[in-house]
Amino acid sequence: MRYWRKPLDIDQVTVPHGRVVIIADRCKGCAFCVEYCPKDVLAMSEDFNRKGYHPPEVVKDGECVNCNLCEMICPDFAIFCVAANDDEAAAAIAAQGVSGEQDGGGPN
Amino acid sequence: MSTTTKAPLPEEHPIAPFLRMDRMPHIWCPTCGIGTIVKCFATALDESDLDLDKTAIVSGIGCTGRVAGYMNLDAFHTTHGRAIPFATGLKLGRPELQVVVFSGDGDLSGIGGNHFIHAARRNMDILVILVNNFIYGMTGGQNAPTTPTTARSSTMPFGNFERPFNLPHLAASCGATFVSRWTCLHIRRLTKCMRVALRRKGFRFIEVIAPCSTLYARLNRLGTGLNLMQFYHDEAEIRHDADTRELDIGFQDRIVCGNFIDEERPTYLEMMHSHYEEVLGDRFVPMPPEGGWIHE
Amino acid sequence: MKTDPAGVLTGVHYLDGDYACGEGAMAAGCRFVAGYPITPSTEVVERISQRFPMTGGTFIQMEDELASMAAVVGAAWTGTKVMTVTSGPGFSLMMENIGLATMMETPCVVVNVQRGGPSTGLPTMVGQGDMMQARWGSHGDYEVIALSPQSPQEAFDLMIDAFNLSETWRVPVMFMMDECVGHMTEKVVIPPADEIDVVPRTLSDKKPGEYLPYAVNGRPVPEFVRAGDGYRFHTTGLTHDERGYPVMSVECQEENVHRLMNKIRLNADQIIHIEEEDTDGADVVVMAYGITARVARMGIDMARAEGVKVGFLRLIVVWPFPEERIRELAKKVKAFVVPEINYGQMVLEVERCAGGKAPAILVPHGGGGVHDPATICQAIVEASK
Repeated sequence: MRYWRKPLDIDQVTVPHGRVVIIADRCKGCAFCVEYCPKDVLAMSEDFNRKGYHPPEVVKDGECVNCNLCEMICPDFAIFCVAANDDEAAAAIAAQGVSGEQDGGGPN
Repeated sequence: MSTTTKAPLPEEHPIAPFLRMDRMPHIWCPTCGIGTIVKCFATALDESDLDLDKTAIVSGIGCTGRVAGYMNLDAFHTTHGRAIPFATGLKLGRPELQVVVFSGDGDLSGIGGNHFIHAARRNMDILVILVNNFIYGMTGGQNAPTTPTTARSSTMPFGNFERPFNLPHLAASCGATFVSRWTCLHIRRLTKCMRVALRRKGFRFIEVIAPCSTLYARLNRLGTGLNLMQFYHDEAEIRHDADTRELDIGFQDRIVCGNFIDEERPTYLEMMHSHYEEVLGDRFVPMPPEGGWIHE
Repeated sequence: MKTDPAGVLTGVHYLDGDYACGEGAMAAGCRFVAGYPITPSTEVVERISQRFPMTGGTFIQMEDELASMAAVVGAAWTGTKVMTVTSGPGFSLMMENIGLATMMETPCVVVNVQRGGPSTGLPTMVGQGDMMQARWGSHGDYEVIALSPQSPQEAFDLMIDAFNLSETWRVPVMFMMDECVGHMTEKVVIPPADEIDVVPRTLSDKKPGEYLPYAVNGRPVPEFVRAGDGYRFHTTGLTHDERGYPVMSVECQEENVHRLMNKIRLNADQIIHIEEEDTDGADVVVMAYGITARVARMGIDMARAEGVKVGFLRLIVVWPFPEERIRELAKKVKAFVVPEINYGQMVLEVERCAGGKAPAILVPHGGGGVHDPATICQAIVEASK
């Protein structure tokens, strides 16, 4: 989701941060989470899980806003968010620029 | 990511206490919407503060009929179409139970149609969540009473020529006191609707449109469940309090969602009690809320 | 335990079989009835609808027999004793959920006041044509218990037995009345509540988390819990394991279904209930049940007057069938004579168990009335030759 202008109260509002936990072996590769994440944090990975599906992976680490949409929309109870603090989020964003290696953000 | 130490992440999904995790992963297909609706329902249970020990769930036969088997409640997987009378028995046998019927369109409006209209007529105090994927999925994609006209199915290979049910209108005209329709894409509104419905009394009916990837979408060349979700995104209209007569669904046509009816009328048991009290006075001995179990 | 007095109409009454059956159910502690009107059983639920509001019971007339049976199975899971009432056409409709009750092991009583069949048949006239259907009516392998009263007094007494058997064996019990007994008015003595012994719904003492819905641990039946007590159990009509979860495998089917059969088969001697008169040394044994038992006695008296040594075996519990007794008798008698108001149902069981050692002679009657005792006498006399 992109803003077409900056909200007027952007310096007063705290955007929450979240970390995504993916239970990869439960995923069936439906891609609802990828499609509907408002921050485009996820993408389908090239990995296979135990059942042969491609689970999602976090591609924009640190940008998750803990909205829990992926958690709500996943039909397989395979993904959810937990709150993260500002430092964790900042470090994650920084790390994206440092290495190209993407991590699932949770047990894989 | 790996350079910073973090607090350890939880390993299990937060909704796990409401599900039978020993039976995961569930049997529903990739991109099926039923799992999403179960998640919404579990969240609604969590937020509703109901006594879950006194909440029972009854399902019939079909893909949605498997929901009871995955919920961590007193769960009953009954015969095809008979979830509603089974739930009636549970409710009348132990009136303090909160009984939820969670089943599919073929189960509840096809073979179970008669039971549906009578329970609504009586304002039986049960919540009915009907997942409408427009087809009989479990048995291989046959025509359902809700299949839109011209849609293909395995028993209407040249396209459906029948007119389908308008389920909210059916429920409303039979006397349901709470009638809503959402798609499984409307996760937050659906959760809120379920949460509100769990706290109401009387015959409450929520129709949830869900994608069926393996049968409905495939037989009609609509892609996968994800394509159907994108379709709901584009074509679902929210019109609260719409006239239920205008809620027909055509093939790949607009889907009108919203909360249509929210009334309070005496339930079956309330009517029974007040009537017998009036007619029989002191001689009336109601069944206690704990039920008719006679013991030492 | 002694029954709850609220349902017991102690006293000496003049009741018809249907009313006596309803009183028997209430005396046994039944507190939920879902039914659909069908001649000649309607009086049972009419009586119950009049008395239930005063006894703490709930009666609901459902939209059809399918719903009635489903509601009955559902209500049984709340710990309540439950019953439904019907006749032939409704019995056919109920078969689906009778199967569900056997699979879920739900105690319940199904009263069938038999009428002439098949199909709509003779709605107001007697038949006994559902006897095999009571045993085999639903699909698949299962066992049930069935009883047959011969009088309004027995319609009361045996209802209490029916509920007790249902609770003990966690199985649906078919109460096979017939229209004659149902619509016959006779003296019925209802004893005081402290003279009526009932088997209560016993619940497991295991805690939630320890409890497995279908674990038997060497007992014949699993332990019951009530919906709403926090056990969060799951039960299904699918073949299931001890946890009540469906398992699609040959082993699970064997374990599940075979146990359901053995539950009754291996304990048949505790369930079978027959009445015998003068079977020792008899040349011919007459076997009958329901109203035909009373007519048969007249036929037997007439045959005895002609010098035939006749014994009489009355089926009180019809299913499980008293196979052993018939096998024993088959070695000693010249023939069995089986009058029934159908074209041959229980006679087939006699023939099967007799194993060719003694013929089983049917005295059929299409339905609509009872036998002429002379016909039965004639059959007995010919059988003795």
